[in-house]
Amino acid sequence: MEVSGLLSGKICLVTGTGRGIGRLIAERFAEEGGIVYAGARKEGSIDEWAHDCSVKNNTEVIPVYFDITDYEIVKKVIQKIISEYRSIDVLVNNAGVVSHELLGMIRLDNLRGMIEVNVVAVVNLIQLVSRVMARKKRGSIINISSIVGIRGAKGQLAYSATKGAVISITKSAAKELAPGNIRVNSIAPGMIDTDMIHSKTDSNFKDRLAGIGMGRLGRPEDVANACIFLGSDLSEYISGQVLGVDGCSVL
Amino acid sequence: MSNQDKYNDVFARTFLINIDELNNLSYHSVTVWDSIGHMLLISAMEEEFDIMIDSEDIFEFSSYKKGKEILKKYSIEI
Repeated sequence: MEVSGLLSGKICLVTGTGRGIGRLIAERFAEEGGIVYAGARKEGSIDEWAHDCSVKNNTEVIPVYFDITDYEIVKKVIQKIISEYRSIDVLVNNAGVVSHELLGMIRLDNLRGMIEVNVVAVVNLIQLVSRVMARKKRGSIINISSIVGIRGAKGQLAYSATKGAVISITKSAAKELAPGNIRVNSIAPGMIDTDMIHSKTDSNFKDRLAGIGMGRLGRPEDVANACIFLGSDLSEYISGQVLGVDGCSVL
Repeated sequence: MSNQDKYNDVFARTFLINIDELNNLSYHSVTVWDSIGHMLLISAMEEEFDIMIDSEDIFEFSSYKKGKEILKKYSIEI
């Protein structure tokens, strides 16, 4: 991958970097020169990776350990970033949870928990970070939704509802924040090759793979590269959009 | 600059109004203090006084006078 410093000097906060797509987003951001606050839940779990990533890319990848639904801690994380760099240029709301439950088998407690993580916590971060971005009258917020948030999927009623909400949040927030030159966009990944999809995907996997025009699963890098575009100045006149990263999926 | 001056200055530069107009200022009393203006005001207050204001206090921050009471909670005496 060609590196061109598209995020050079930008202060970025990425949630859910413990693995999978979030990890790749943080790595690619660092490769592009971003200073990355990498969010993860488990204390100490990404220290070694963050150090290596910082050295390799001659930038700073700073681990920040927090549960995005612990709103007091989230506030402290934002305060830490302000105290260290005075600004936040890019927020990627990537952390989330997924479940696979068919209608009739949906545990309401799971549904409520998923709404808290995938929706309420995202709104909270947008509210906090947009106020920081408003100081410099610029910023980019990227919300990771899902193709199932647009199209729905069997066994993913609850998950698709939360990701549909992320898309609605993106569009409304974009309208409210546009006068402050803060952009809000969403990336809707299709089937991405992560541990999560291998552990959770149902028996219709082959059928679903056949529904991808490009004939392969997406890679986390595919999502990360879309994030770079939306986080960089290349997309400075783009807001309120949902970018499908799905290999021309017809699901 | 005193806290009072800083407080006034945040209002004046956020809403582009004169300091002598501040005393009776409240949310929606001028067109510029709408929801977006409110976010910009809170953001500017946070930057000026190096604080982060809680959601409940953001809702309560409904006027120039009320704002002074709220900032007291953050040890900012106006």
